Parts: sequence; C-alpha cells; structure tokens
Amino acid sequence: MGRKRDPTNLVKSGPGRKTKKQKPPQIPNALKNANTEDDDSEKKLSSRQKTRVKKRIQKKEEKMEIKKKKKEEKLQQKTKKESQKPGKFARAPVVSKKRKVEESEEESDDDEEDEEDSDEEETKPVKGYSDENKAWLKPSSKQPLMDSDESDDGESDGVAGDDFDDVGLSDDEEEDEDDSEESGDEDLLPVEKEAKKLEKKREKNKKLAEAELQTNIMDMEKYTLPSGQEVEKEDILCFIDNYPRIKEVMHVLADFKERREPGRSRQDYVRQLRSDFCTYYSYNDFLMEKIMSLFPLEIQEFLEANEVPRPVTIRTNTLKTRRRDLAQALINRGVNLDPIGKWSKVGLIVFDTQVPLGATPEYLAGHYILQGGSSFLPVMALAPQENERILDMASAPGGKTTYIAALMKNTGTIFANDANADRAKAIVGNTHRMGITNTIVCHHDGRVFPKIMKGFDRVLLDAPCSGTGVISKDEEVKMNKDERDILRCAHLQKELLLSAIDCCDAKSKTGGYIVYSTCSVLSEENEGVIEYALKKRNVKLVPTGLDFGREGFVNFQQNRYHPHMKLTRRFYPHTHNMDGFFVAKLKKFSNKIPGTGNTSADGEAEDESSEVTDKKSSEKNTKQTKNVKNSTDSDSDDEEEKGKSSKKDKSKNKWLEKKSNKKKFKPGQFKKFKSAEKSKK
Amino acid sequence: MRPLTDEETKIFFEKLSKYIGENIKLLLDRPDGSYCFRLHRDRVFYVREDMMKHAGNVSRKNLISFGSCFGRFSKGGKFKLHITALDFLAPYAKFKVWVKPSAEQQFVYGHHVMKSGLGRITENTPQYQGVVVYNMNDLPLGFGVAAKSTQECRHTDPMTLVAFHQADIGEFIRNEDALV
Repeated sequence: MGRKRDPTNLVKSGPGRKTKKQKPPQIPNALKNANTEDDDSEKKLSSRQKTRVKKRIQKKEEKMEIKKKKKEEKLQQKTKKESQKPGKFARAPVVSKKRKVEESEEESDDDEEDEEDSDEEETKPVKGYSDENKAWLKPSSKQPLMDSDESDDGESDGVAGDDFDDVGLSDDEEEDEDDSEESGDEDLLPVEKEAKKLEKKREKNKKLAEAELQTNIMDMEKYTLPSGQEVEKEDILCFIDNYPRIKEVMHVLADFKERREPGRSRQDYVRQLRSDFCTYYSYNDFLMEKIMSLFPLEIQEFLEANEVPRPVTIRTNTLKTRRRDLAQALINRGVNLDPIGKWSKVGLIVFDTQVPLGATPEYLAGHYILQGGSSFLPVMALAPQENERILDMASAPGGKTTYIAALMKNTGTIFANDANADRAKAIVGNTHRMGITNTIVCHHDGRVFPKIMKGFDRVLLDAPCSGTGVISKDEEVKMNKDERDILRCAHLQKELLLSAIDCCDAKSKTGGYIVYSTCSVLSEENEGVIEYALKKRNVKLVPTGLDFGREGFVNFQQNRYHPHMKLTRRFYPHTHNMDGFFVAKLKKFSNKIPGTGNTSADGEAEDESSEVTDKKSSEKNTKQTKNVKNSTDSDSDDEEEKGKSSKKDKSKNKWLEKKSNKKKFKPGQFKKFKSAEKSKK
Repeated sequence: MRPLTDEETKIFFEKLSKYIGENIKLLLDRPDGSYCFRLHRDRVFYVREDMMKHAGNVSRKNLISFGSCFGRFSKGGKFKLHITALDFLAPYAKFKVWVKPSAEQQFVYGHHVMKSGLGRITENTPQYQGVVVYNMNDLPLGFGVAAKSTQECRHTDPMTLVAFHQADIGEFIRNEDALV
C-alpha cells in the first residue's frame, strides 16, 4: 500500500549531481604572497612610495635601536633572575602547584617570554641587530599569516600602531624574518618557521621542567614532618586531605638516610604514616600496625587492593558438565568470561554479565558454583583421591566440599561438618544442587570431632578466622578487630587444628594429610598455629603442590618459626588478585601423641584438652575434687563457675561440663560419690 | 536413622513409580555398590550402604543429611517428593515434557506449564501421569503431573494448563531451608 512513485513523470528537483561545478582551487596565502612578492620587487616605485620607503627604513632603524637597548636590559635582568631562581623554587612545596604558577606566569607575560626565547637561543651568538643587517634588510610586504598570537604580540608591543601605512607588517613579523635570516634559511615557509619556534619553546619548557624536577627533589629532601600538634590542627581543619602527606612520608621512608629531616627518628615518620593511613583508609590502629609489619614495602598496594572488589569467579561442576560447554552456555546468555588461569582447569573468571549469575538455569541445575579463586587452593593442596574418607571440618557453605566431591568423582565418603546448624543447611543445598551423593552433613563442634569419628584419610580445615584477607568483601573487619579477637581466633584455630590432626589416620595408605587454610593474612593465625601443631603432634610440613603464591614466614618480627614453614603458601589481594589466603599442608607420620604414649580414643581426647588448655583442665580437676568432697554443693558450685567463665568460652565450657558430667557418672566415680555421701550421712 | 517399614516402603515406591515406573529396581541394583533407602527425621535418604554405616556414627541430633534426599513423609502419612530427587528421576523418567525457552523462566519460578509454553511432550502420556520437565536443551528443570493427555493437548487453546508444577530447580535458592 502507500503511495508509489511514478517513474514516468519525475520532476527534476535541481540541476542534478553531475552539473555541480567545483569551485576554483583556493590558493593558500603563503603561495599567493610568494608569487606577488617577486612581482612587487620588480615593479618600479612611484616617487611618493620611494619617500615613504625611506621614511619607513629610517623609522625602523630607530625602532631597532630602541629594541636593542631594551633587549640588553632584559638580558641583564634575566641573568639576575636566573641566579635567584633556585631559591624561589625551593620554597614551593608541591610539583603541581608550582607548575600552575609557572603556567600562569607564562600566560601573563607571554610576549616577554617569547622575546626571551629568541634571546636565549638565537640572538646570543649575534648579539642583537647590528648595522651589518642594514644593507640587505628590507621590509617584506607579506600579509601576517599566523594571526592568532602574533597579532596579540603586536598589540602588546604598542609600537605597531606607528606604521599605519605599512601593509599590515608588525614588529614581530620582522623579528621572525630576522630570526630565520640569521639562521640562514630565508626560503623557509612561515609554517616551518612556526614549527621551529614551537620546537624551541618545547625545548625550553623541557629544560624548565628538568630544573623544576631538580628543585623538587631538593625540596623533598627538605620535607619537614609536622609535629603532633600541627597534625592535630590540620586534622581538625580537613582530616580527609592527608594524602599528600602520606606520599611525602612514604617518599622519605623509601630512602630514609638521605631524605630524613635531621633530628626526627624513623619511628616519628612511621607513626605519622600509620595514623594517616588509619584516617585515610579508616582502619583501627591495631590492625594497621599489624598490616604495616606484614607489608613494610607494599603496604599501600595492599590497602588499595582492599578497596576494590575481587573479580567474580565461578567453578565448573565437572560431575555435570565441562568447562567449555559451560562457558559456551553462559556466553549465549550474555556473560563475558575467561578461564581463570593456567593453574586451574575448572575456574572461570567473569568480567561482566547481563543476567544474575546466581539464578541462571545452569546455576540451578548445578553446572557451576560461585566461588572465589582463593577457595580452590586448599582443595587443590588437599588433592583428594577416589574412594577415600575425607573430613571437611568447617565446611559451610560447601564450596570446597563440592569441589572435593567433584575431584573424587562422587566416590568414597566426605564428612562435611560445620558448628553452625543454620549455615550447615547451605551445605545441603549446594551438595544436592550439584548432584553430589557421597556427602554426610553434620553439625558438631569441630573440637570434639575426634570423639565421634577418626581414621580419615585426609582432613581439610578451613578455619574460622579474623578475615583480614577478605577486607574487600567485609569492610567491618577494618574497625572491629582488636588484639583479643585475634588471640581468640588463634586459640580456636589451634584447638581445631589439633582435633583435625587427631581425626586423621597416619597409617592411611593413600593419605594421612591435613590441609590448614585461613582467609587471614596475620601470622598469628597462620604460621603461629602451624608452629603450635608441629610442637604438639607428630606432623611435618610438606609442599602444598601449589606452584605460585608467596612462601610462608620463617622469621617474622620476634618469632622464629620452623624452617620448613617456607613450604606453606600465602596469597595476597594485591599480588594475585584473589582474597588474602594461607594454605599449609601437613603430613601425619604417627598416631602417637608426643608426651603421652597413649593412642586410645578416650585418653587422647583427655590429653588433648589438657594440652590445649592447661588452665581449664586444672579448673576441671579442682571441680572434680570439689565434687568428691562436697557432693551436695556440687550443683551450686557448677553454677558459680559457669558464671565466672567468660561468655565467649561458653561453648567450650559446655563441652568440658559435659565431660565432667560423664565423669560423674562413670561407675567408679559414682561409687565414690555414693560412698562420700554415705560417709557424710 | 532406620530402614523404611513395609507400609512406608509401599507408599514411597508407589509415588516413585508414578515417575519412573519399574525403573525403581535400577536404583537399588546398581553395579557400583549396594544402595538403600533410609528414613531420618521423616525424610527418605538414598545412600550407599557403607556410607550409611559411617553416618550411623553421628548422633541423630547432629546429622543433617547423608547421601541424597528423596522427599519426606507428611504427618498424614503421605509421601512428598523433593526437588533433590530430580537427579535420580530424570535419567529414568518414562514421560517427559519439554518447555520452550520463553516458558522456562516461568516454570523455574514455580508456575504451571501452559500449552503456549509447551515445546514437546512424550507420545501417549495419559492424564495425571507424573512427568519430568525439561527445557529444550534437555536440562531437567523439575517435575510435575500432566494435566492433559497428549491427545487432548493437541486440541486445546494456548492458555490451558498442560502440566501441573510440583517441584522445580528454582527451589534450590527459593526454598533452601526446607530442602531437607
């Protein structure tokens, strides 16, 4: 439908495309002038013109005289200035500021600068205009080509107004001409001349910049650390803007010997830096001190890395699909992804996505799981084999558990334990979604697991920690961790590791390995815990099998760890672009517990508790004796002690309590009770 | 944890056979080891026998799940299949329904399947037959009950329901707490 064009009676709307004529070519002014110049020179001048020319020449000579004088004066002034310059620059504190000042100066007296240019580079050898020039010096009848800045210059010169009859010839034009003639290239195009001029200007700028830099370095050397009061005052005024100071102090500390301010110690600088970091990145002082001791050189990279989130990574479920198929399916849904790296064959890194990654049909069907790259590492270190019995001691939400199951191809048995029943539900969801059938999910306190079951081929302990490696995920860590939190974490980790070691079977044909990992970077929670386990149990450190990552600390501050500690691996957000992580692999070589010679289940458990907390066991003992002594008051006593013990150790005490309860009703003791009661009665 | 009683077994197998027919015996006689059904907190778990023994070490209070959960007995004594059983229903399903990509999302959000979203259906599906729902890439999405037989489906208008929703994989995130 719609109207149709009738081709038979088309009306011409214009002359048509082909009738259009090209305009005659526009000859650039330069060429025009070049042509006319020759003609003009050959033309004869009229008498009036001659007189005018004479006058002009005269005037010009006069002007030149004046100019020459001026220039000489300026030269003198300039030399004076230059002699003063370094001092002036030394006072200005920051590079950028000075640049600005310089630029404004340039803008304000542009013409002056220009003249200075020519002075410096060109006129020095010739020393101004001499009478030699007079013979061949002729006014050119050229139109001003470069009008923009030159016309400005002309105006500012103020003399240009004199020669009204001149054909638009300004002083600067002349100058240019002179310059080029001096350098012996009269036949250069004005454009080229301009280019030359620019080149010179640039060179000059470069020189200036270099000089600036030099002065800057000198300036840095003289950076003075503000005193405490000054800092406080500044902080009150604007507490955000301490970044320049951080830079300065970092710079001084980089080469302390040379750049220090005499009389100030390194500690002053470090203290200042720490407080600045604390305010700038909003950490608490304790944590910042810890981090600074961990990363003396790369502190700022670490802090910056904590401000940006890590890339989203997913792990292919090899039980249900292959990585290539999954990648294809996701790309079809509008997800932009890439393999995570050479070290993993199942990981994919997601750059951007148009669909929610946690709700695609592929996700729901269990083809992949959202998992940080660092979470692959402990499982890779564990290297589970098929048909083994494996314990994952703190497994919620089941990311690592499902990876273990995938590596075992759904054979053998995995115990996925987590102390928190609610979090353990997530393990159930993930294992069922990923089609994993070899997992038993339970919620026990990890510290009592050896009493429930032992003889595992491999044990993975991804211990609960302070989370200093995952600050980008959880900003609260910056502020809410203090010394006690760290110690509490480390204590719990030590207990868990010992019980993990006890769960493992040294006589296992294929295994006998324990992998310990945390998402913390602090040495107390990592090397300190391993060191403790090495002392308390028959285990040794073995290589983790991860070919990247930093080695664990052997010496850290006042601590001297086992020399094999370098077999452990540390991962940092700023170097590996994954969460801060620590992985250690231990091999158990004997089921005996050093110092006891006892390998029976009950004895071990008791020994362990006594070793872990001597104080507590002694407390328990006293409790028992009390019980025996005055059994009638025992309940109230228990209550009292419960009240005394801190809330945080409540769960622990619960266990101890249970133990003591058990003790109470052991046949022998029960008799004792009875007898005690009887005797009392 | 205990084996199912005779009555429970009967109810359970009846339900299961609606979806996979006589293929139940393939679940029990497997070449890679003997498997069994166990009841734990009213839930039925399908588990390898040696694993079942290991799970016996954990006290009832602390044991959350072992092997894979098939569903649960309601207080009234009926058996309800959970989405977690899908992995075992899908390979042995006798009657299947495929949904178009446009209806895929709807089903995963818990809606019934309409004629307009029906991609394919197994020949000779009787009415009220248990069916497993797939998307067009043969990815199992859940299971339900045929609301119309195959013959009837041909002649109905696009807005009529052809399959009732019972469980879908969206429950893994929608309903994580009640999975087991």
